[in-house]
Amino acid sequence: MSGYAISVSDLSKKYQIRGPKTAHAYSTLRDTISNGVKAPFRRIRQIVRGERVSASQNSESFWALDGVTFDIRPGEIIGLVGRNGAGKSTLLKILSRIVEPTRGQAEIHGRIGSLLEIGTGFHPELTGRENIYLYGALLGMRHREIERKYDEIVAFAEIERFLDTPVKHYSSGMYMRLAFAVAAHLETEILFVDEVLAVGDGRFQRKCMAKMEDVGHQGRTVIFVSHNMAAVTRLCPRAILLEKGRIRDDGPAHEVVGRYLSSGLACGAVRTWDDPARAPGGDVARLRAVRVETIDGAIAETFDMAEPICIAMEFDVIKGGEILLPHFHLMTSDGIHAFTSIDIDPNWRRRPRPPGRYISRMTIPGNMLSEGTMFVEAALITIEPLTTQFHVTEVVAFHVTESYRVECARGDWEGEMGGVVRPMLPWTTQYRPLNAGVNEPISSTTPVSGSRTFA
Amino acid sequence: MSSAGQMKTHATKVRLRPTARDGKWEHTTSTAPDKETSVRTPHVAGNLRHQGALRNTSNPAADVPVTIIKPTVGWGRLKLNELWEFRELVFFFIWRDIKVRYKQTVLGAAWAILQPLLTMIVFSIFFGRLGRIPSDGVPYPLFALGGLVPWLFFMNGLSHGANSLIENERLIKKVFFPRMVAPISSVLSGLVDLAVAFCLIVVAMIYYEVAPPPQVILVPAFILLEVVAVTGVALWLSALNVQYRDVRYIVPFLGYLWLFTSPIAYPTSLLSANWQLVYAINPMVGVVEGMRWALLGAGNPPVGIFVVSSLVAVGMLVSGAFFFRRVERNFADVA
Repeated sequence: MSGYAISVSDLSKKYQIRGPKTAHAYSTLRDTISNGVKAPFRRIRQIVRGERVSASQNSESFWALDGVTFDIRPGEIIGLVGRNGAGKSTLLKILSRIVEPTRGQAEIHGRIGSLLEIGTGFHPELTGRENIYLYGALLGMRHREIERKYDEIVAFAEIERFLDTPVKHYSSGMYMRLAFAVAAHLETEILFVDEVLAVGDGRFQRKCMAKMEDVGHQGRTVIFVSHNMAAVTRLCPRAILLEKGRIRDDGPAHEVVGRYLSSGLACGAVRTWDDPARAPGGDVARLRAVRVETIDGAIAETFDMAEPICIAMEFDVIKGGEILLPHFHLMTSDGIHAFTSIDIDPNWRRRPRPPGRYISRMTIPGNMLSEGTMFVEAALITIEPLTTQFHVTEVVAFHVTESYRVECARGDWEGEMGGVVRPMLPWTTQYRPLNAGVNEPISSTTPVSGSRTFA
Repeated sequence: MSSAGQMKTHATKVRLRPTARDGKWEHTTSTAPDKETSVRTPHVAGNLRHQGALRNTSNPAADVPVTIIKPTVGWGRLKLNELWEFRELVFFFIWRDIKVRYKQTVLGAAWAILQPLLTMIVFSIFFGRLGRIPSDGVPYPLFALGGLVPWLFFMNGLSHGANSLIENERLIKKVFFPRMVAPISSVLSGLVDLAVAFCLIVVAMIYYEVAPPPQVILVPAFILLEVVAVTGVALWLSALNVQYRDVRYIVPFLGYLWLFTSPIAYPTSLLSANWQLVYAINPMVGVVEGMRWALLGAGNPPVGIFVVSSLVAVGMLVSGAFFFRRVERNFADVA
């Protein structure tokens, strides 16, 4: 027994990847035939024993989590940071009892509440009211408990008028608000939260943030996963950095986040490679830096929606004479591919480039992207033959927020908008009074009147 | 971003407000002793929290549950207490299934009547009239209904139960609950349809002027036997279905075979007494024979059949539960 809320020792999780690489390496025809004959029996034996049968016995494995050990005292709030695939979600899944570890042990004192993907469990055909009860029960709330909290949940979600509407008619924002509202009223001693704050519009995000702070003050133990470093340093006194399934850093959040951001592991606004030999690329070109900047060239991580965003990649061309296509892919935090943009600067288009240092800069105009975190992939290909020189995923990231201070695509609407992009498009309205003659022309307004545009 | 370090130097209350422009936190010092809006610096706040928490642990609450997470070795335990804790979720799943089914279908509850009614008509024409199959002394339509109503419950439970984990795939990957809740509630949600279909039998009994015998009070026992049997099959199939999608194709086929090897269209009395006991290895034999005897007074008390069928049904349930537990740990990885 210890004074810990969560005590994790040597927790590890192995996954099998089925790879064709090893499949034919050393197999002979005899092996293949005898395997083919034995396979059905072996499979049936495995099924009965409950072992996992894979189509190919030759599969590679990797450790998603490898010997993770830490203790959390009651009331601590831990930020779990690291790149995608570092093992954050796997760790939360194991602690939430969704998957079993391959090795190691975790001991948890207290009721566990787990919000890995908010709104999973909502049924589209059921009304908001019915879903509150269903989702609450799924999260482990007792019927009495939900009943007691019901009014609070409804008030928090701000959906009073739509309680008897099936949630399939909800906007994604209303859906998220309702789901978060139920989840936020869970009263467990332990709470695991995965990227919950990435939902809804800016205003609701702030409300969620405030709710999370409340949770912190109630003395509950929280593990909080986020890509938003500002949120981690604000909410969490302590942070744990995972890298390739191992703990790389553990300590006060601002220190861990600081070291993480400067280590080049983090997906921040800048990523540089000082040592040319270790930079992504090869004999033709190597990537040296990627930066997210304001229009004035200052490094920035967070942008107002109305502001233009510049992304620059700096690379060396080592072997000249190739035609290059530098490009960026933009991905949302949900992994949705928002768009790809290719360098179409007319000066260098279809023109072989001499060796030297190049900076390709892309400008995303203001009022283009929706709010949220965007991950950038930087890539360079040469043509004839088509060859990828480098392609770095999650090289930089930036956040788009909404201040509501300037004119934007939402006009007078204050609710959820959704979508990956939020362009401000010209609209026109045509009008003719009801009693006007059929032949009378319909008057048209000009699109620019009354709205400002942003460069 | 790195402002937490500087914040510690503020002696007065520090209010943090995110500014959208650069993502940094704006510091505004307020002299008003406003406890609600003041936010302590994260680091200091953390330390204070620890002290509070340590006080807590010196006086540990007795009802704090302890969860140990580690790899299961071997067959593992059934953890029925965990299932009992989530009994409300079983109820909610049943309620969800019924609500959704009746919301999405045009005829709603009428399906529970139409299915046995139409099948009964077809059976009566082909097996009763043309096939002249004996019906243990009750009118053939009533005889068929006595078999079809429990059969449809069995078949629905089998197919819904087998698909229950696949249908709840997202839940299984993201939310913890005892996985057995899914197949069990799929099976139990069929009880509502069974109850509706029973009304059909009652109407038919009135029409054919068949009075229920005294043993009608034993009907719940046969329903229980059926629930046990179908839950056992559903546990096996649903667990297999996660890893082997072949099950999807097996289920309808299994349904056919099971229908013709169960005494739905014909009576068990076609077999000799000894073979009846062998036949009763199919638990639906015990269910249907028992139901017809208890409800319609058809045939003799099927004591031997009931014992054999019950043993098999309980065996399937227990083995199904253990098998389910055994493979359950992989569901979220495989699904």
